[in-house]
Amino acid sequence: ETSKYRSLAGFSSVLFVVLSLVKVFLSQSPEAACLSAEDISPSSNGPRDDDPDDLFAEATEEVSLDSPERQPILSDGPSPAITPVTPVMISPRVDVFDRSPDQDEDEEENRDTFDIQISVSDPEKVGDGMNAYMVYKVTTKTSLSIFSRDEVCVKRRFSDFLGLYSKLASKYMHMGYIVPPAPEKSIVGMTKVKVGKEDLSSVEFVEKRRSALERYLLRTVKHPALLKDPDVLQFLESSELPRAVSTQALSGAGILRMVNKAADAVNKMTIKMNESDAWFEEKQQQFENLDVQLRKLHASVESLVCHRKELSVNTASFAKSAAMLGNSEDHTALSRALSQLAEVEEKIDQLHQDQSYADFYLISELLGDYVRLITAVKGVFDQRMKAWAKWQDAQVMLQRKREAEAKLQYANKPDKLQQATDEIREWEGKVQQGERDFEQISKNIRREVGRFEKDRVKDFRVVIIKYLESLVHTQQQLIKYWEAFLPEAKAIA
Amino acid sequence: MLLCNVAADHFNNCFLILMLGAVNVDLQTDATLQVDISDALSERDKVKFTVHTKSTLPNFKQNEFSVVRQHEEFIWLHDSFVENEEYAGYIIPPAPPKPDFDASREKLQKLGEGEGSMTKEEFTKMKQELEAEYLAIFKKTVAMHEVFLCRVAAHPVLRKDLNFHVFLEYNQDLSVRGKNKKEKLEDFFKNVVKSADGVLVAGVKDVDDFFEHEKTFLLEYHNRVKDSSAKSDRMIRSHKSAADDINRIASTLYTLGTQDSTDLCKFFLKVSELFEKTRKIEARVAADEDLKLADLLKYYLRESQAAKDLLYRRGRALVDYENANKALDKARAKNKDVLQAETTQQVCCQKFEKISESAKQELIDFKTRRVAAFRKNLVELAELELKHAKGNLQLLQSCLGVLKGDT
Repeated sequence: ETSKYRSLAGFSSVLFVVLSLVKVFLSQSPEAACLSAEDISPSSNGPRDDDPDDLFAEATEEVSLDSPERQPILSDGPSPAITPVTPVMISPRVDVFDRSPDQDEDEEENRDTFDIQISVSDPEKVGDGMNAYMVYKVTTKTSLSIFSRDEVCVKRRFSDFLGLYSKLASKYMHMGYIVPPAPEKSIVGMTKVKVGKEDLSSVEFVEKRRSALERYLLRTVKHPALLKDPDVLQFLESSELPRAVSTQALSGAGILRMVNKAADAVNKMTIKMNESDAWFEEKQQQFENLDVQLRKLHASVESLVCHRKELSVNTASFAKSAAMLGNSEDHTALSRALSQLAEVEEKIDQLHQDQSYADFYLISELLGDYVRLITAVKGVFDQRMKAWAKWQDAQVMLQRKREAEAKLQYANKPDKLQQATDEIREWEGKVQQGERDFEQISKNIRREVGRFEKDRVKDFRVVIIKYLESLVHTQQQLIKYWEAFLPEAKAIA
Repeated sequence: MLLCNVAADHFNNCFLILMLGAVNVDLQTDATLQVDISDALSERDKVKFTVHTKSTLPNFKQNEFSVVRQHEEFIWLHDSFVENEEYAGYIIPPAPPKPDFDASREKLQKLGEGEGSMTKEEFTKMKQELEAEYLAIFKKTVAMHEVFLCRVAAHPVLRKDLNFHVFLEYNQDLSVRGKNKKEKLEDFFKNVVKSADGVLVAGVKDVDDFFEHEKTFLLEYHNRVKDSSAKSDRMIRSHKSAADDINRIASTLYTLGTQDSTDLCKFFLKVSELFEKTRKIEARVAADEDLKLADLLKYYLRESQAAKDLLYRRGRALVDYENANKALDKARAKNKDVLQAETTQQVCCQKFEKISESAKQELIDFKTRRVAAFRKNLVELAELELKHAKGNLQLLQSCLGVLKGDT
């Protein structure tokens, strides 16, 4: 036990040095300080930090305990408790993860078969002018015991959804749970609705939002922990919900940003978190790559939706023109054939329009959801970094307290000594708690990522198959239309 | 820059035959005079066409020969027909449009500039696409020049034209330069005057029902074809853009497939492969619609204009005849310059009757040609659409079968 703390202490002193040196050098010169990085000591406790895949390689500076720069900054001689050690992170023992992360999850799922249906419907405009808002009916049908009734209908507005998300994020994200983000706010879209424009674009906007809210709720209740959360139950069941005021300024993305700000600060502090667990590093890289590709794909699909809509409009316009041409053609059979062509093209334009809706609602929205979900996943990894940093900070504090106590022992001040000893116990507790929290969040993340990936595979499979089926339908219709037209064309004599 | 040197055998592909057949089904392969474009070379700012002639006519020194001609020389030939009073009573085959590779060149240049910002596969793929596009435009322009020559060769009167023979046989440069600014301006004013006159002439009611009907018909028809042609172009452009999007989607899916750590990797790769294939089919659909529909409409836009021009010339001749009649009456009344008035009146009468006679036949032939061309193209369009839709369907269904079986 003590050796562990000693090495921790050694590390934390190095950390302290690193931080102080960084502060000193950064204030002195604009460029990054170039300290001589001498690796020390043969007795290292953790893996060596010369991993080429290290994400933080560029961001760190190493300092050797014996380096001459250190001397003027630390006061007095080295503490006897410190043993030289390589500046690496001591990560928890690996045996914690022997148990497969899936096992926990399967147990939970089998306990209660997932039987819950949620629909968001009947958008209704309430009020007038700029204070108007849309209200949606949320219907929950379930046989699960945690619900008081097996069918509940409530009315909710968009800010209620945002409020739910912000509560869940603040409760669960720091524990490593991937909380599905709520749909994005849209000032332009909402203003059109408020102003009362009954045109196609505002109808489409409301439908897009309704669908997004439904998907959001379904994803939220799919999460076994969130399903049992009292806020979720209250959201789905209670007829009156306290107005979520703080969401007026915040959107789903805004909340994520806020929660992640602390994690960002950690990243900027040039602390090197040497991942002894390759799993986390690998997963982070994978999610990074996935993020890039999904965004690219999303952009291409949005472009396709746009061009297909354009194609539909242009086909309709051509159909009308062909009909006119048929009218002016004075050869009867040709005139009839041209009118038929016009009819075919009109049907085809409707087909293109339907296909573009499929493109959008099936693929484009799914991709948009996943781009946001991956931001949440990345956020959860950052939370782990934050937990690690908190743990390390606690170790630093503990070391300081120990040093203080050691000094007091020579100074012979009994009451202060007692206080110091008390503080040491307090910080020992915090260090233990920090380690436990870090282990817990790591475990949670492994489980969450496993669940997330399973869902991702299912989601994409289901959606892509549905999409291909829609494409099949389109081609079958095209065949029908052209087969009907062919004899008409051949009949031109 | 790209040099598209298309070999002779390359041209004996379906594309040209289809194009020719598309707009002129009546072209009898007449052994006495056969004209085709056997080769073409695209240089920086011009295209050189190799015009190949096979003929048993005594007018030519040899039975088979070739010359190299450029676009301006085709225009010169066309304009010489238009300006020839003898041919006033015929529908002059419309001149081929100027070869326009600007858009394609610009795209190729942009691609070259953006080479650094994309992966090697993406670059190669896009380069191939743009090169194929360039080649398609090139083939089309060759086809349109050839159709013009074939129409002339098939026309019983125009095929005997001396300028035409010179065009076919004279193996030196015709030294026909493009119109300079002054001449282009003159043309512009001529056209303005002509349209104004055309309106006046059109206003004169024709005694002949046939021509009166043709006048009304052609006016409306020409405008409607113009509209349809523009709308079909827009429709086809959207189709091409959608096909391009599917191309990008296929590439990104491929990358996702190679990167994914879950079972989805096989899924993505399979779907990427599918989209690569369906994209090619979609591009072909757009290309076939372009060929069978858009080009047909464009051609008949030009032909209907030529027919309108014929009607205008006849109308002009009619007005001149009527004016000559009035002048003769006046002269007889005043008993002054009667002989001169009589000769003028005779000349106008002959001119008018000559034009009317041939114009009637020309317009009937025009209708026959038009109906046949539309029939052929609409049938082929429907057949091709069916073929591609069935191809797409088969690909989609087989992929779905594999994907569903995997789960």
